[in-house]
Amino acid sequence: MTPLLDIRGYRLAFDGFEGRAEVLDGIDLAVQPGETVGIVGETGCGKSVLARSIARLVEMPPGRVLGGSIAFEGQDVFAMDGRALARLRGHGVAMIFQDPMTYLNPVFSIGSQMVDVIRAHDRAEGRSMRARPAARTRAAELLAAVRLPEPDRLLDRYPHELSGGMRQRVLIAMALSGEPRMLVADEPTTALDVTIQAQVLRLIAELVATRGLTLLLISHDLGVIGALCRRVVVMYAGTVVEDADAGLLFDRPRHPYTRGLLAAVPDLARPDHRVAGIPGHIPNLLAPPGGCRFHPRCPLAIPRCAAEKPGLRDVDGRRVACHRAEEAA
Amino acid sequence: MTAPLLEVTGLAKTYPLKGGRAVRAVDGIDLALTPGESLGLVGESGCGKSTVARLLLRLIEPTSGVIRFAGTNIATLSDAALRPFRRDAQIIFQNPHAALNPRRTVFASVAEPLVVQRIASGTELQGRVARLLQQVGLPETFLWRYPHELSGGQKQRVCIARALALEPKLVVLDEPTSALDVSVQAQILDFLQDLRTRFGLTYLFISHNLAVVRQVCDRVAVMYLGRIVEEGPAEQVFAAPRHPYTRALVASVLPPRPGALPDAPLAGDVPNAAEIPPGCRFAPRCPLRMERCTRDDPALEGNAHRVACWAA
Repeated sequence: MTPLLDIRGYRLAFDGFEGRAEVLDGIDLAVQPGETVGIVGETGCGKSVLARSIARLVEMPPGRVLGGSIAFEGQDVFAMDGRALARLRGHGVAMIFQDPMTYLNPVFSIGSQMVDVIRAHDRAEGRSMRARPAARTRAAELLAAVRLPEPDRLLDRYPHELSGGMRQRVLIAMALSGEPRMLVADEPTTALDVTIQAQVLRLIAELVATRGLTLLLISHDLGVIGALCRRVVVMYAGTVVEDADAGLLFDRPRHPYTRGLLAAVPDLARPDHRVAGIPGHIPNLLAPPGGCRFHPRCPLAIPRCAAEKPGLRDVDGRRVACHRAEEAA
Repeated sequence: MTAPLLEVTGLAKTYPLKGGRAVRAVDGIDLALTPGESLGLVGESGCGKSTVARLLLRLIEPTSGVIRFAGTNIATLSDAALRPFRRDAQIIFQNPHAALNPRRTVFASVAEPLVVQRIASGTELQGRVARLLQQVGLPETFLWRYPHELSGGQKQRVCIARALALEPKLVVLDEPTSALDVSVQAQILDFLQDLRTRFGLTYLFISHNLAVVRQVCDRVAVMYLGRIVEEGPAEQVFAAPRHPYTRALVASVLPPRPGALPDAPLAGDVPNAAEIPPGCRFAPRCPLRMERCTRDDPALEGNAHRVACWAA
């Protein structure tokens, strides 16, 4: 089966005053249609910039692709012209982000912004643009699909009149307007309270199931990932360190970083599980450690880890990038 | 029973709005902390938990209520009379990047309370600051560094060192690990536990993260729209919550395991604190709502495990 998304050896750097930071160091990731994939990692691991790269949303410069490729439905996104790119953004990949207010214009009504988006998708698809009243009807349908009450009245309201949870639903409705194949959600509930988070996650799960969406969910929160994703990709300092079925990853993590992460998360249901931190801190990507980027903090590090970068290998039914993956059980 | 270190009764903070309305940010709460215990204060955005932290330390002025610290009502003391209290009670904020002055060295920041309270100077001061850094697990070489040279976890350790400088009895921690990554959060939580036993500190630990509170607190109080709706031993409140709001909060927590998406237990959003519903303030969202709930405001009742609910 041709993967919907196929990332191979993707390397991305940012050039700044202090030098070049290699924020993604050879990412290999293929996603099949209908998969629900979670990318988890801590600050600076590169998960957001990877998500943005898929829709070519990383500004170049300061960004610079050092190598590798990203293909969506078999097409190289870096080779796309303006028209193909417009089609990719919306019909191919739709994105939602952490802070919905940042992505809504405060001076236009919800309806006016949604109508613009719906008509822009018409244009990108090469259809004749529908008239504003027809687009407005479509906008109301989309708001109903994300379970917002009284969609017709909501269309005339402004972003500041909505709660955080409602704004995120509006953005999800906008994301659906291009009938995307893949939904990329970057920390979609991080700015929301837990009770609202539960509502929004349930909505995303329903939409993914009913519309057959492929989901790529980016989060620092293993609970959010576990709730929505069947497959989990763990990133550390610009590399994929482990990629496994969710059940396998949570029950039998192989990479020492994955284990450290799981041991660090407090669990309300297991109060006797005392959390343990990972000593040290994330590396400076202007001068990343040689070999395995995790080796300075790794309890299993051996001299080889500092000398040789481990590639992703198939071990115990998953992909893992660790020289000692077989022993770490 | 030991006398409480801190005892709060009827504490309220109201912000007036135009047109005679007011935001009731904290709407009459009672709390007590016994020496050496760790009380968690949990709730969602806007419930008033951070306002409580600032009121307790007189960083903002209460509208009404009594705050008794070691027997003295500090709610009405003058700034000068508050000076000894300032030594005994300290706060650690959520964002260590904002809590440290970027133009001052670690030494200058940690030394400041000792200088202000005229406790140490000269070489004695430097020795004390170096010892404080050692206590929070930072090397002495950090003395002359600036905040931008430190990681988030290291900055939070500097803030903790500064809070410990005056050997306080009470430490208020307002979301102390929310800005940190989980692997660093775990280090800091472990370290805070250790400090509490080593120095016999009393903690008021404010957090929106129930699992974090479960790790570090003996007791927990749950706030909703400016009121405490449930309070009791952490074990009981989390294992057998009695208030429908606490139940919803606990049910919303996502465990770090696959396939555990809860049914969204609550519909709707938290009401505006300027328009608190009559009767029980949780009634409009409550699955157990009865006729009485929209009429009468329930008080926090019970002994060790208290709850403010007509249906509980």
